[in-house]
Amino acid sequence: MIKLTINGEPRSLDVPADTPILWVLRDTLKLTGTRFGCGMALCGTCTVHLDGNPIRSCTTPISMAEGKHVTTIEAMEKDPLGRRVQQAWMDEAVAQCGYCQGGQVMSAVALLKNNPNPDDAQIDRQMSGNICRCGTYPRIRKAIHRAAAAAEKNAASIGEPLFTEVKA
Amino acid sequence: MNDSIVDPNVEQAGEAELEIANVSRRRFLRGLTATGALVIAARWTPAAFAAQGEDPDNPKKYGAEAMAHGWVDNPDVFISIAPDNTVTLINHRGEMGQGIRTSVVMVMADEMGADWQKVRVEQAIANEEKYGNQNTDGSRSMRHWFDPLRRAGAAARTMLEQAAAKQWGVPLAECRTGVHQVIHIPTKRALSFGELATAAAGQPVPDRKSLKLKSPDQWRYIMRKPQEFPKANVGQPLAVDGMDILTGKAQFAADVSWDNMLYAVIARPPSYGSAVKSFDDKKALAVPGVVKVIQMPTATQPSGYEPMGGIAVLAESTWAAIQGRKALAIEWDNGPAGANASYDSVAFRKLLEERAKKTGKIESKKGDIEAARKAAAQSLSVNYYAPHMAQAPMEPMAAIVRINGDKADVWTSVQNPQAARDGVAKRLQLKPENVTVQCGLMGGGFGRKAKPDYVFEAADLSKAMDGRPVRVQWTREDDLHNGFFHAVALEHMQGYLDDNKRVSGWLHRSLAPSISSLFAPDAEYQSAAEMGMGIRNMPFDIPAIQQENGEAEGHIRIGWFRSVYNVPHAFAIQSFVAELADLAGKDHRDFLLELLGPDRKIDPGKEDIFNYGEDPARYPIDTARYRAVIERATKEAGWGKKMPPNRGLGLAVHNSFVSYCAIVMDVEVSEGGDVIVHRADVAFDCGPQINPDRVAAQLEGACVMGTGIALMTQITAKDGRIQQDNFHQYLVPRINESPREIHVYAVNNDLDIPIGGVGEPGLPPVAPALCNAIFAATGKRIRTLPVADQLKS
Repeated sequence: MIKLTINGEPRSLDVPADTPILWVLRDTLKLTGTRFGCGMALCGTCTVHLDGNPIRSCTTPISMAEGKHVTTIEAMEKDPLGRRVQQAWMDEAVAQCGYCQGGQVMSAVALLKNNPNPDDAQIDRQMSGNICRCGTYPRIRKAIHRAAAAAEKNAASIGEPLFTEVKA
Repeated sequence: MNDSIVDPNVEQAGEAELEIANVSRRRFLRGLTATGALVIAARWTPAAFAAQGEDPDNPKKYGAEAMAHGWVDNPDVFISIAPDNTVTLINHRGEMGQGIRTSVVMVMADEMGADWQKVRVEQAIANEEKYGNQNTDGSRSMRHWFDPLRRAGAAARTMLEQAAAKQWGVPLAECRTGVHQVIHIPTKRALSFGELATAAAGQPVPDRKSLKLKSPDQWRYIMRKPQEFPKANVGQPLAVDGMDILTGKAQFAADVSWDNMLYAVIARPPSYGSAVKSFDDKKALAVPGVVKVIQMPTATQPSGYEPMGGIAVLAESTWAAIQGRKALAIEWDNGPAGANASYDSVAFRKLLEERAKKTGKIESKKGDIEAARKAAAQSLSVNYYAPHMAQAPMEPMAAIVRINGDKADVWTSVQNPQAARDGVAKRLQLKPENVTVQCGLMGGGFGRKAKPDYVFEAADLSKAMDGRPVRVQWTREDDLHNGFFHAVALEHMQGYLDDNKRVSGWLHRSLAPSISSLFAPDAEYQSAAEMGMGIRNMPFDIPAIQQENGEAEGHIRIGWFRSVYNVPHAFAIQSFVAELADLAGKDHRDFLLELLGPDRKIDPGKEDIFNYGEDPARYPIDTARYRAVIERATKEAGWGKKMPPNRGLGLAVHNSFVSYCAIVMDVEVSEGGDVIVHRADVAFDCGPQINPDRVAAQLEGACVMGTGIALMTQITAKDGRIQQDNFHQYLVPRINESPREIHVYAVNNDLDIPIGGVGEPGLPPVAPALCNAIFAATGKRIRTLPVADQLKS
């Protein structure tokens, strides 16, 4: 049994200790927002936070998360910074196919947590582990700047309905 | 795109004439809402339309008409309204990042007057007999479907107005549709779409000829950017799946689980055609969670969309299956693979270079190339080379299949759902209509997911497990090792300048394995369609032109990759123009415009030049449109301005998928040979831009992918095996390697022009523009893609 907290919920999991966090999330817990891209920590699609730090869940065994907090894209709606980043992503219409964007958002939130107002070089450095094959990088850069500016300008608006959209 | 191939798995147009007049009303009422929905009888069919043609016995078909199962504009197929005011619109095309789920629905919603916030989107299952063509490639969705979808929306609006007029007992002319309601103009009474839904369902469908379409100034969303939306919608994101993507809720192929499902990964043959000689699965079966190991048959060559075969490991989790596969011991028999088992891409390049010394099959001949050669004041003869590539969509392929008696269900993401459906039906010996293929979002396609081989693998494994649900998961290594690869290409060019430094002769000898080699034995030359992607439709006004097709066989599976053969052809042609300009001592842009000659429309039908399936009369090759995009891109980029040291501007233009694109790249090459792409200026003419922000997004994406093609992306083979295992060896651009700024300009964004493609035409000019910029910055000419370490000292 491995005990850990996932998106704020305590969990006890009966899985082999060497199973990557990615497959525990996806196959055991059906938290499918964290996605498989390469299996070698090369593309960042599977990025989650372990005690607040971004990690590649495809190569991190679940045993490493024992007693720790795992946070996934599914929890970002309830995270003020996560919401701000999501809104900036919507405003810049970043996503194309969308497959990598959960990982991109997780990396961006981690970046902004440590550096609330990054410049382009800092964005490039922090985000270069996340591949987007559709090529949304110019908009990702803009969205991160937008999220940073929004934080500075009006932190109070967080929590209000920020967007409307069509449900598929 | 795949216009070039007679695909054995896909019913061809001509068999597509369908009659759907007897759609059951009850079925729709039951299927969509329990309480009633707008139902409009089907009576418009491609067959009926074809019969209106001038020659009903032999109508020449183009565009959507020529596609399998054609188009459908019957509102009943796509639109339903519930009494609670919800409008459900069906998207039948594959979403892979181009935003088609938004664009398809936007067209219908706008034309019918629906409020975007009350619109729901439903993804169609594979059923071309009902929905018309669903094969999402070739940059065709808006090109083929804007008009039919607009008519479907307009018909629904008219029926709502008819229902309102009847209820009020007033003339139809006094009723007008506002936003999600019909208004009686004299009395200002209003009935909502929901209130009218049931009555509208009983209204006759308006005749297509008398149908009143909205004028463009009445549109709220079509051809507008989000900041130009009506007041009520300002700041409202249009993207259908936008927030679901960002919260992790969106469902891709691997995001659905069915009860009792097994997870499978497959050890596939290392070379195209290799078979299993023997295998030992003892250790694999000992891995906790592994349930079964199954040997799959090796397909004979040419294998089309058939799976490659190999050994499948089925387990209770993906990780267990991956671990089980690692524990397999397999001995491969390379006999059936023949020469494929020793395929070496370096040696193959040398072979193509040897062959390029001799005349190939002459595809077209204009003027006297020999005379031009003899009379030339200056000449240039060079080879360009472009490597294999893998599409490498971020979502590795995945598919789930379960079989229940005479029915099967499929959940996957494919570009061509009908091919998946019919292929599964055939191999399981089921009726096609008993196979339900439901697609999630595609995590990128780029041509890879036009081949449903992975769906067939899941079907075979489910069958082997007596119908139990099986999800096949490809890994990145599988994707790179066992793909359908972009063709390698060797382009031999000769150019001749006369005494006035004008181009008097142009010879292009192109050698590249054909996608036909996937379907036909002995397909050793590019098809007419492949030669038509940049070469045969080249518009240059040169007295002597000879275009040749050289022998090149495929030793790995060759398949569609975004923009297909336009990528190497444009690289060669647009680089060569820049080289000849340099030879002539002329400005590249001026030289390019001179080559285009006077503004004119060239009829591709005259010489039977491939025209992406479009009517040559509607879609001629228009040199004025080339000129316009060149002038716009160079103007915006400040062409001719003084550049800092080691920095230069490069230009390229290309017409593909009946759209025109010119790009200027601003590139710096560092002392150490690193390339920094400062800026891309993209002028794009696809005619009217239905969803302009998504058009811009596609071009931005093309600039990024094209930067990869220019600088780093390649697949190589040695001893019959692909040498790239994962993203540490198969290099695609990352954020720090992509252009710092990309500016996109719409040219001829005009409804009077027939719509062109969007997803692909941006890509071909990127690599030549970038390499021309490298030349401007350094004087070094890149003739081999990718640049890789060619600029390193």
